Amino acid sequence: MADTRGLARSVMRPRSFSVRKQTGFTEMAVICFVLLYAPLVPLVVYSFNAGVSLAFWEGFSLRWYVAAWENELVQDATIRSIYLASTASVIATCLATMAALGTTRTRPYRGLTTIYAMINQPLMVPEIVTAVALLILFASVKTVTDYHGMGYLILAHTAFCIPFAYLPIRARLEGMDLTLETAAADLYATRWQTFRRVTLPLLWPGILAGLMLAFVISLDDVVITELVKSAGQDTLPTYMLGQLRRVITPEVNAISSVLLAVSVAMVTIFFFLNRRIR
Amino acid sequence: MSAREEVTETADAASEQRTADTAESAGRAEVRRHLLLSTPALIVLFSAASGPLLIMLVYSFLSAGPYGGVEWKISLDGWFNVLLQRDIFDESLSIADAHISILWRSVKLSLLTTLTAFVLGFPTAYFIATRPQKSRNLWLFFITIPFWTNLLIRTFAIMEVIRNKGVINTILTSLGLIEEPIQMLYTDFAVMVGMTYVYLPLMVLPIYASMEKLDFRLVEAGYDLYATRFKVLRRIIVPLVKPGIVAGSILVFIPALGAYVTPRILGGGKNMMLGNLIGLQFGQGRNWPLGSALALTLLALVMVALLVYVRSATKSGDGHG
Repeated sequence: MADTRGLARSVMRPRSFSVRKQTGFTEMAVICFVLLYAPLVPLVVYSFNAGVSLAFWEGFSLRWYVAAWENELVQDATIRSIYLASTASVIATCLATMAALGTTRTRPYRGLTTIYAMINQPLMVPEIVTAVALLILFASVKTVTDYHGMGYLILAHTAFCIPFAYLPIRARLEGMDLTLETAAADLYATRWQTFRRVTLPLLWPGILAGLMLAFVISLDDVVITELVKSAGQDTLPTYMLGQLRRVITPEVNAISSVLLAVSVAMVTIFFFLNRRIR
Repeated sequence: MSAREEVTETADAASEQRTADTAESAGRAEVRRHLLLSTPALIVLFSAASGPLLIMLVYSFLSAGPYGGVEWKISLDGWFNVLLQRDIFDESLSIADAHISILWRSVKLSLLTTLTAFVLGFPTAYFIATRPQKSRNLWLFFITIPFWTNLLIRTFAIMEVIRNKGVINTILTSLGLIEEPIQMLYTDFAVMVGMTYVYLPLMVLPIYASMEKLDFRLVEAGYDLYATRFKVLRRIIVPLVKPGIVAGSILVFIPALGAYVTPRILGGGKNMMLGNLIGLQFGQGRNWPLGSALALTLLALVMVALLVYVRSATKSGDGHG
């Protein structure tokens, strides 16, 4: 019986017919994956070049990694980048957690739409627009207060990190109903105890995802940092942007390769964490 | 009705009223607590996101200071200069060709980028969605890695490939196919290639999200009714994943329109896009009101694109009931 049905099908259609196949799509997908990764190959390969050239291979060497490591400007920029990204992402995640608790699992109240719009604003407004607007504001603040520290960058980064931290936390909260919190309240837990012992542990994966997202977004930012920073406040991306205008040596490749490795490592961790939670 | 009954009834009504009042005030306290929780985030967002935009709106109506900044004199010059220019000698107004061409280039390159990303991204999303469940996540992972890599690094990678002494030109010269290197860097082509490269994942991911829910029984039904592969694609698959296609196109088009880093590195000084023109007014250009007006123009263009998206999204939502 099964045989005849199989036979009938193979008579009616060519044997290899698959409903899921579309002519040329697989080839196109392969091209797409190759195109996504191919440009990164020379970038990494030439970071190990012994010569100064980015086009001629003169043997394997780690000299550009050593050069980048010993370059004081790179060191400063790296430390500043990490300091800025961790400060901004931690503050942003705290604020976003509070905001997520304040905007979910409640009946809609007046002003909720405005709150959503404000939180999502950094996602919709082009970065260059926010950057010049901040430049205008901070220029006046600088002349009035004569303060030229990192505060401006921290504030700017915190603001645009908030939506990135908010989204995963909110997604997590929306998947949790109030049953457990109500149960805790029924057992005479105070509001704070309920939050500390029930809500927070359940919310933790969302907070962690939000924190990581915010950290990476802050670390990668170029446009806002470039326009807002005062003199001598280069982060790693703005330092690299400055280098691209000069004669490029494989030192930039070396820095890029390290950053690339960090990104790949972070996505991989994220990927497997996600899998384990599911 | 006896007096006593009446009294009880009033008391009941009063107590009901009281419960309603407590519920109402408890609800209000609840709302207040929720609002209070959101307040710190809103303060930060207002001081470093929405507030500055309002200040910029004011600045666009002031006159330019000689060394950057503004003078507190109301002037419409900033907005005039977006599209018009005043001749230095006879004060006659004419169309600002440079600005028009930059605006046109921004829109054109963003549309081309969206189109190219679609041509590459749609088959890729389809490919991933038709893989066995287990390997899908791995393919998605390969799409996400470049997405998480710093945009500057990816642009730099493209720059090294298409430079005059870059990979492509070196290979072509050593094969003897060309004598002189092909000038690719600092052209519109370079900007478009770069933007397609950096924004491609933003096209693939939403299309994949729609495609994943695609019911292949419908596709099979199409084939049973003697549809060709192309007809199935055009009449069944594309209409069903349209929300993903629209979302992907918007997600590519909007950042492309406001791009700053990619055109700055790959387009150079000549092939500016709107983002670079805005940046220039706050640097060497020293015309803050014009820069503010240009930035608000860009914002308006983005809002129009978003509005189109929201309208088409709600329309397709209605269509499915």
